[in-house]
Order: sequence, then C-alpha cells, then structure tokens
Amino acid sequence: MRLVRIEAEGHKRYIASMYTTELSKNVKPIEAAEDPALVEAFEARVAADEFIEPKDWMPEAYRKTLVRQISQHAHSEIVGMLPEGNWITRAPSLRRKAILLAKVQDEGGHGLYLYCAAETLGTSREEMVEALHSGKAKYSTIFNYPTLTWADIGAIGWLVDGAAIMNQVPLQRTSYGPYARAMVRVCKEESFHQRQGYEIMIALANGTDAQKRMAQDALNRWWWPSLMMFGPPDDNSPNTARSMRWRIKRETNDELRQKFVDITVPQAEYLGLTVPDPALSWNEVKGGYDFGEIDWEEFYAVVRGEGPVAKERMKARREAWDNGAWVRDAAAAHEAKRAAKAAA
Amino acid sequence: MPSLPTIEKDVEQRAKSAPDHGAFDSATAGQHDPAVVDYCQRLGDDALILGQRLSEWCGHAPALEVDLSLANIALDLIGQATNFLGLAGNANELAFHRDVLDWKNCWLVEQPNGDFAQTMARQFLFSTWQHMLYDRLAGSSDQRIAAVAAKAVKEVAYHRELAADWVIRLGDGTDESARRMAEGLDWCWRFLPELFELDETLQALVDRGIAVNPQSFEDDYRQAIGAVLAEAKLATPPEQRPILGGRRGHHSEHLGHLLAVMQYLPRTYPDAVW
Ligand SMILES: [Fe+2]
Ligand SMILES: [Fe+2]
Ligand SMILES: [Fe+2]
Repeated sequence: MRLVRIEAEGHKRYIASMYTTELSKNVKPIEAAEDPALVEAFEARVAADEFIEPKDWMPEAYRKTLVRQISQHAHSEIVGMLPEGNWITRAPSLRRKAILLAKVQDEGGHGLYLYCAAETLGTSREEMVEALHSGKAKYSTIFNYPTLTWADIGAIGWLVDGAAIMNQVPLQRTSYGPYARAMVRVCKEESFHQRQGYEIMIALANGTDAQKRMAQDALNRWWWPSLMMFGPPDDNSPNTARSMRWRIKRETNDELRQKFVDITVPQAEYLGLTVPDPALSWNEVKGGYDFGEIDWEEFYAVVRGEGPVAKERMKARREAWDNGAWVRDAAAAHEAKRAAKAAA
Repeated sequence: MPSLPTIEKDVEQRAKSAPDHGAFDSATAGQHDPAVVDYCQRLGDDALILGQRLSEWCGHAPALEVDLSLANIALDLIGQATNFLGLAGNANELAFHRDVLDWKNCWLVEQPNGDFAQTMARQFLFSTWQHMLYDRLAGSSDQRIAAVAAKAVKEVAYHRELAADWVIRLGDGTDESARRMAEGLDWCWRFLPELFELDETLQALVDRGIAVNPQSFEDDYRQAIGAVLAEAKLATPPEQRPILGGRRGHHSEHLGHLLAVMQYLPRTYPDAVW
C-alpha cells in the first residue's frame, strides 16, 4: 500500500520533470579547473565521514561517478524485474505468487528511489532512461541470463539478492547523503528477498527428484554469474582507489566477493547442493574459501551486451517505453489542461 | 509419541471462561453448504483471474509508477482470492487443479490486457462493481464472508479510484488516448450485464442474507460509471447484447490459455510441494 502512494506523487513529479530543461549539457569534466581549496575541504569532509548533500560543492568527477553508479544501480533494479517477472504468472502456489509479485514490486520501488537519488545530482530520469535504451548506460551483468525453471527464482533470491546485499550494506554509509538514505530503505527489503529465495531452494532441495535436479541445475548456472556481479578483480578495477577515497565504495570488489563465497558455500552445503567449482576449498590460514578462476572473458562479453538474453532484456525495456509513450503523452496533456483550467 | 506441551493451570482457567456454545466443525460449516461454496468461488475466481491478468504487466507498464500500482492491485486481488477460495475449500487445490468448466469468474476479468486503455477500462468497470459489492457484503450474515469483504473493501476503494483517475486522464488527454479509451470501454461493455445477473443460487443466498443482490446497486453503478465518463469527456457506449455464462463455467477462449500458464507447474509435477 505504501508504494501506491508513491505512484500518485511520483506521477506528478514525472510530469513536471518532462518540462524541465536539460541540466547536465554544459558540464565541464575538467578536474584541473576546480579550486584546490574547495577540493581539499571536500576531501576532508568525506574523510571525516560526513554526508555530502545535493547543494554542497563537489568535484565534477565525484558527481559524474555517482550519476554513473546510481543510475546503473537503478537500471539494474528495473531490468532485474524481467527475469523474475517471467515467473509471476507461473508461480506454483498462491503464496509463492504473492511473495514473488511483492518482491518484484519492491525492485521497481528500489529503481524509483535510486532514480530520485540520481536526479538530485542534476540528471533527469528521462536522460537516464534514454541512456539505458541507447545502450550507453550499463546495468548488472547478471540480468542477461535466462530464468529457465522455477528453481531459478529461488536461486536469484538466494544468490543474486544475496550478492546485492553484500554490495549494498556498506553503501548505507556511502558519502553521498541521498544515495546512502536510499540504500537504507533498499537494504531493509533485500533481506526479505534473500530469505524468500532461500526458502524456495529449501523446498526444492527437500522435494522430489525432479525438484532437486532443478535446484542443482539452477545453482550450476547462477553461481559464476553471481560471483561476476561484484565486478572485475581489484587489480583490473581502475577507479576503485579513488572511489574508496571518496567513500562512494567502501569495500573492494574482491573483498566483497570473498565475503559472499564464505557466507554462501555453507548455505549450499545445508541444501545438499554442490557448488560448481572443483577448485573450491577451505583455506585455514586466511579463514576463508579459495575458489576457482572466474571466466572474465565471459564477464566482459556480457558487459559489452552479448549476454545470452541481453537482446531480449533491452527489447522488452524499449518496447515497454515505446508502447507507453501515448500514455505518458496523454497524462502530460491532461495535466496541462488541468493547469490551464486552474489558472483561468 | 512426540513431546507435547503440558496443559498448564492458567490454560485450564482460561478454558473455563471461554464460550461454551457453538459446534465443533463450525469453522468449516460453509464448506458443506454447496451454495456458499459456489458463491465464495465466484468471488475468489473473479479476484484471482484479474490478479493473474494484471501480473502479466509486471515489468512492461508505460511508466515505473504505473508498474508499481498495477502490481499492487494484483497483489491485493490475489490476497482476496486466497481468502475467498480458502472459505470454499483448499485454495491452492481450487486455483491450480480446476479446468475451465469449474471456474466461476465473470467474463470481464478474463479478458486480455489489450493496451493500457483496455486494461484500465476493465479495471474501472470491475473495481467499481466490486467496491459496491464488498461494501454491502461486509454486512453478510456469514461472518467469514463479511470479514473478508470488510478487509478488502478498503483496498478495492483505492483500485476504483486509481482506475477512474486513469479513465479521466486518458479520456481527456490526447486524441489518441481518447480513441483508445473509447475502444477499451467498447470491448468490455457487453460483459456488464453478467455482473448484475441474479441466478437461482444467488437468489437463495440473497434470501438467507449471505449474498448481496447485485441488482440492488445497479442504478448506483450505472450512475457512478456515467459520472466518471462524463468527466473523461467520453460517451457512454450504447448497450450491447449481453454475454453471459461465466458463473456456470461457460467462458471465453481466453480463460483456457490463462489457466494453462498459471497451472503448469502443479499440473506437471503433481507430487511436488513448493
Ligand atoms: Fe532491489
Ligand atoms: Fe539493488
Ligand atoms: Fe532484491
């Protein structure tokens, strides 16, 4: 019910934003031109763990990095509705149907909070959506894989939302205030998402042979793409150091990935499922698991937009947008008529 | 023998002051009353089929906010269906293991989504009816039905409002949206008489104070619809020859396909628990 009220407000906001002029056309990407005193003061505030707010001065590169990161996150929530949405109409019980629908609806809500957070940096939602549809903006590689069986819905909640939590919990303390606050709301819901996924896996793992097969196959297909969600290895992640200094990121890709493996492997064991990695073994010295090499070639191919169902995902998003154009036009026209009437 | 909790003194105490009348199977008495079962199925089937239809939109709506509100309505409807079908028997058994002839929903709710205007026409016409129905059903002499309706009426009031807002927005938006809205209404109009049909089963339940006679609010309904259409600057469509039969299991071709999708997992794996 809470989300519904957003609809009403959000819609008005949406219409208003259609009339605003583009804000980020004249952005100068030159850091050198920035006043060193301002930069220094900014860095000091960030180092002291203060929140940066929309009206505060910030380096242009900080703004750009944040827009990129937040909008990518928002796009991931929205594109991520598709693989799971694929199973709402086929959920195997009324309870599972309701839970999945609520879950996917939450993801849409996350997208909305995040677009709003990104808009505080001076980029409109239309610009962000346009960048997604033109292929300029990226979204998480994970959503370019297909959901074949019901077990994939379990695996996504368990692994993908699990990985997302790992990524997002530290972001509740990220330096940009609106982003951090959006993450607080998002994280509250993500743990429910992971639980419902794991609960599906438990039912399958304790089920018939056919259900067990589904569960194992889902783990086989989702394991490696889930590890890829944390991004390239640290030695190949050029912006990590600066993002860490600016507290846009709070832990490195490899640190988060290790944490995820350490938490998830025992969960797989509890389910009686086998993690599809022959190199996986417990390392007493580091107190964590060693695991096999990730296929980075596959990762970069998916980043380039060559994932198994990347074309389907983009087609679905573009079609939804294009088929909805007349609706958005009508809403804007109606709003304009009302405003004219009120003014008369 | 599993170890069970001991019955403590305070429980015995409470038992003494608990009500001492009623029947041991009173909670399920409705299940033995075929007319009540039938009625709960009609109510539950309407909600479930429309909820299923709306969930087809998920991820594909014209705007993110719309996506969220459609999912929200679907979620409410699936909840209502779970409650009403639960009064009729095992809700999941009823949802996933009945074929077309045993479904008792009206034709309106099983209509395809079409474009967004057709979806909203269907929602507006149905939610307005459902709201008026639940509002009265909250006074049913069957306590369980009354309780479900009383809880759901608040949800449905919101569905009705949201759908009416869209009818107005689209009707009084652009030429294209007005044309599409008129077409959506035209598609749905022939299914309205079914909503007000009073058959023998229903009449018997109305006589017992369990069901609501839909004809008691038909005038209100027509008036409410007319008022919204007037605000939307849309003409009320001319009457069409009524299409009836849903309550007796005679449906459109669309329902079978909807069921094939919805029921596929429990039917493919009959021994599985999910
Ligand atoms: Fe999310
Ligand atoms: Fe997320
Ligand atoms: Fe999630």
